[in-house]
Amino acid sequence: MTPPVALISGPHPAETRVWHSAWRNAAMPPNPAADSPHTAVPPSVFHADRKLFLHTKGIFVSVEPSSLSLDELKEKGRTLREHIIRMTTAAGSGHPSSSLSAVEVVTALFFGGFMKYDPQNPSWPGRDRFILSKGHAVPVLYAAMAESGYFSTEELLTLRKLGSPLEGHPNMKRLAGIEASTGSLGQGLSIGVGHALAGNMDSADYKVFVMLGDGELGEGQVWEAAASACKYRLGNLTAIVDQNGFQQTGATNSVLDMTPVADKFAAFGWHTQEIDGHDQQAVCDALAAAVAVTDQPTAIVSRTKKGYGILQLLEQEGDPNYHGKPLSEELAEKALAILAK
Amino acid sequence: MYFGEASGYKLGTAPRDAFGAALKELGADHPEVVVVDGDVGNSTRTEPFAKAFPERAFNVGIAESNMVSVAGGLAACGKVPVVASFACFLLSNAHDQMRMSVAFPELNVKFVGSHAGISIGEDGPSQMGVEDVALACSLAGVKVIVTADGPSTNAATAAMLQESGPTYLRLGRGKVAEVYSDGCDFTIGQANQLRDGTDVTIIANGLMVGAALDAATELEGAGISARVLDMHTVKPIDETAIAKAAEETGRIVVAEEHLAHGGLGSAVAVAASRLHPVPIAYVNVGDRYAESGDPMGLLQKYGLTPQAIVDAVKSLR
Repeated sequence: MTPPVALISGPHPAETRVWHSAWRNAAMPPNPAADSPHTAVPPSVFHADRKLFLHTKGIFVSVEPSSLSLDELKEKGRTLREHIIRMTTAAGSGHPSSSLSAVEVVTALFFGGFMKYDPQNPSWPGRDRFILSKGHAVPVLYAAMAESGYFSTEELLTLRKLGSPLEGHPNMKRLAGIEASTGSLGQGLSIGVGHALAGNMDSADYKVFVMLGDGELGEGQVWEAAASACKYRLGNLTAIVDQNGFQQTGATNSVLDMTPVADKFAAFGWHTQEIDGHDQQAVCDALAAAVAVTDQPTAIVSRTKKGYGILQLLEQEGDPNYHGKPLSEELAEKALAILAK
Repeated sequence: MYFGEASGYKLGTAPRDAFGAALKELGADHPEVVVVDGDVGNSTRTEPFAKAFPERAFNVGIAESNMVSVAGGLAACGKVPVVASFACFLLSNAHDQMRMSVAFPELNVKFVGSHAGISIGEDGPSQMGVEDVALACSLAGVKVIVTADGPSTNAATAAMLQESGPTYLRLGRGKVAEVYSDGCDFTIGQANQLRDGTDVTIIANGLMVGAALDAATELEGAGISARVLDMHTVKPIDETAIAKAAEETGRIVVAEEHLAHGGLGSAVAVAASRLHPVPIAYVNVGDRYAESGDPMGLLQKYGLTPQAIVDAVKSLR
């Protein structure tokens, strides 16, 4: 039998995975972030159980705690926010506010020692998975991937441009390290169930993290997935709801109120937590508690604010939702100044 | 009475039964093959596989959307998921999941739709997959297969599992004539010529292959020599066979158990009009839904018979 399709494959190999030299040579917009330091491997931070996890090149070992770097995580989150604003403004489109609400969770996952992954070998079978079901928030994921060493931070400014694998929504065919092609809401948790089932079949110890939006919870498929994850007792699956309170046309509780969210997941047999999703320590603690649960799927309802970090600016503009639109260059300058404070 | 009987073919197994038996057999040698079921495994015939390999079978309940996306996740991890449901529930209910969770990322998922066509009979139109081929063909990169009988379904099941990429296999519910009683040489994308002829080519798939053979038998009595092609793959369509048929026989009739739009007829018309335009007539369900009833009575009422094919041939003369 022919082996199954490789994880990253496509009909146009020249356009997949590898950056075009043309892109590297093309005139790029100025990128002040290019000089900012970034590491090729995630820095480390304590789990709440006081174990420190280090990993390089896919080797995942636990060692005794030495130094906690909560401040480093916060600094990393600030850097991700800068990337989000710069890349969406450069693209002239995108969803910066939906990305900004998810920063602390993504920062913890990629840089807090909760995920093992290898940017040099993105399809390494033993890696932990992060599936961004709310695919429109992909700038936060690209920012984290660039900071992790999947590609250079300069490439972030090619977001949404023809030829760039940094598409408007995640495309796993074109960018190694993307676990699922999303953008049609409601499917990511089911895909995560598939990854988790495969992990159990293979006796693999990887974990699957799926981030959903709170507006996305209106999709019935989310609850189909929730029920099936309970049936198969997927202790290797964690759903994180980025409950930023807004969706495309307005406040989530006015469009279709799906609260209480944690209660709903609990009713489907999930372990649940509710946290302040902008409290970096609380996010790390919740993720640590989630991965410690191994006999049922876990959900973290992360209460956040859309546009967090520059919310005052968006409110001044009269649109705290600011859905699906980039900041003008002038506003972006103001936003970066706010973040620098 | 069954299609193919008038041409001397004996009644064989139902395509779904042949699929179920083949899947179980192939599953033994291929541990990467898994089944994802929407609680219809005893109808689609994935049940024998699930009983033989319970650790590789996932019944996610009556939740087709989740079923398809879960399969996408499994495929991304190197499994080869076979996702089987009624053709209408799979294609119509979970079409976006087929698009986004499988076709767009080009994942190696094998879709199987049973209970295709109006010949499922008494359960009625809500259970009849009559637009599934059009929907499957609309998914970029998905290969679409419609089998005629037991042996060809057996061969198609093996072929789709060997294929590296997403496929859709359409299966009929009832027993049909065994037109490949001597075995089936099955290659995806390559039509099988079951009978040669010089005056017209009848291009059919699924249940209508038997009807086409009966029509050819009757036409022979009227002095018309009809070629019969089993066009088991609708996408990619066998353009070579179509061009050859158009050139050598000058007329084409397309017969399928499907709505008029977007199925085999459309695919043949697109190919013939580009390569070698000839008059084409179509035998299908039309632009309408059917009703409950006995299978042969329904096929008669909705114009899917050997006689309808004969009439279509004569309309081209």
